[in-house]
Amino acid sequence: MKALVWHGAQDIRCESVPDPRIEDDRDAIIKVTACAICGSDLHLYDHFMPGMEKGDVMGHEFMGEVVETGKGVNGTLRKGERVVIPFTIICGECDQCKRGFFSVCERSNRNKHLAAKAFGHTTAGLFGYTHLTGGYQGGQAEYVRVPFADKTHIKVPDGLTDEQVLFLGDIFPTGWQAAVQADIQPTDTVAIWGAGPVGQMAIRSAILLGARQVVCIDRVPERLEMARAGGAVTIDNSTESTVERLNQLTSGKGPEKCIDAVGMEAHAPRALEQVYDRVKQAMMLESDRATVLREMIYVCRPAGILSIPGVYGGLVDKIPMGALMNKGLTLRTGQTHVNRWTDDLVARIADGQIDPSFVITHRGGLADGPDLYKTFRDKKDNCIKVVLRP
Amino acid sequence: MPASASRQEPSAHRARGGADAPSARLSSDRRRRPDPSTRQVARGLGWFSLALGVTEVTCGDAIARWLGMPRAGALVRAYGVREIVQGAGILGAHDPTPWIWARVAGDGLDLATVLPGLTGDPRHRANTAVALGALAGVGVVDLLCARALSDAPLAPSEPVRADYRSRSGFPRGVAAMRGAARDVRPRDFTTPESLRAWS
Repeated sequence: MKALVWHGAQDIRCESVPDPRIEDDRDAIIKVTACAICGSDLHLYDHFMPGMEKGDVMGHEFMGEVVETGKGVNGTLRKGERVVIPFTIICGECDQCKRGFFSVCERSNRNKHLAAKAFGHTTAGLFGYTHLTGGYQGGQAEYVRVPFADKTHIKVPDGLTDEQVLFLGDIFPTGWQAAVQADIQPTDTVAIWGAGPVGQMAIRSAILLGARQVVCIDRVPERLEMARAGGAVTIDNSTESTVERLNQLTSGKGPEKCIDAVGMEAHAPRALEQVYDRVKQAMMLESDRATVLREMIYVCRPAGILSIPGVYGGLVDKIPMGALMNKGLTLRTGQTHVNRWTDDLVARIADGQIDPSFVITHRGGLADGPDLYKTFRDKKDNCIKVVLRP
Repeated sequence: MPASASRQEPSAHRARGGADAPSARLSSDRRRRPDPSTRQVARGLGWFSLALGVTEVTCGDAIARWLGMPRAGALVRAYGVREIVQGAGILGAHDPTPWIWARVAGDGLDLATVLPGLTGDPRHRANTAVALGALAGVGVVDLLCARALSDAPLAPSEPVRADYRSRSGFPRGVAAMRGAARDVRPRDFTTPESLRAWS
């Protein structure tokens, strides 16, 4: 079969790889009908995340049709059934899964010793996202093996198109969880850093959850335009001070809720801070750039909440803990507990409250994947979200 | 506004970097897009600069003696500081072009400093020749890398060509949907009642 295969930094190729096969009774094989390039795939593309190996198949946001199931799937899935696959692989039986904390499933990461070394404890297995999270082959391919398939799936109604439901596998519930855990109140101003796909979903989620004012910070004009379309006030941080403008929009009090939808590769608007972080990163004295975290802690209203869906992989430097502590801020973060939210979100899509396909700007086949990775990474051609049809 | 993959290479907009003025070839430009190998060579030179700089700072007197210039220890340490600054600049800059050109200039300075040793103390001439050979080799790599960076194409400044103003994502409009999910309050993900604001 054809798949998008990682070969190194900025080197992703569309090439033939062996077809996946059932390896465990709880496996299913899915014929992928649509997959997306996620912003967090770019951390792998640029090789910021450790743990990738040459030959790994990329992709953790995908959907398709069931073509084969293991004996242990027990009729939960049938051949021909249409499913979205959550990027977090879940067993459904461990203590964390039973509590609804699916992204920290205790059993699905088959390299849990590596995750435990890096993070102290294991987290869930993920598709196409390094060997720290299990080294599972990803879904930017014609077929994919889904482990624990009797639990790791989202069934979708026939009346909804692939493009309406594809993002249930990652960016929609990720933006949703980011907004939900910010505990948005009707009087709140919610500031969202990053107008990429997760930021766009977080904006819509904050609106649905009833925020009085949503403010989005970015520097890419077309992304800011899409953010405004979704109901956000925008700040172009390449031309204006984020802190000054946020204080202006909140009568000097600061936003009650702040969401970091940028993560480890943030660009500082201040040259000195940018050079500082890049030098430290290049010298392996920090792995992630904490620009957005610093700004959020500084500008958030005291007693406010910081929500972090943006991906971080390792160590950051110069976190103003004094401000975080003395302002009494609450920090909520984590990979997304996808299946915790998806029944509700499917219902909202079916009800016409939201259509997540608004974010798609580029479409192509698998063979176009390597070029579209570059287009997406470089934010060329007004690219915001890429969907591939294998 | 679906776009086909064929739209993404705006070759008509690509320009050769620095074709206009010599200063543009030497200066930093965020639009510069060198090929991956040039980028890797530049990073390698950055690390080399740091390593050499640390060595020169810590072993300046020994290096000076080895070259037959026993009173030049302070000068070698100063050159080490220069190497460290250049290395940090290369690794930290979005576009390392000016820093690599700075290395080329530094190579010239190093050669000029070491060259007189060929006519100096005969016991150290062999060492001087080795040093000159190494400097020349690294200098060639620096020069090639600097030229490749200066010649790298410049990505175009992207205008907003697509119109995303109608992409609200809300089929019934933003105003109608504000607060539609206000009742979503999962206990584990929201502030406990005892910690909530009183008003």
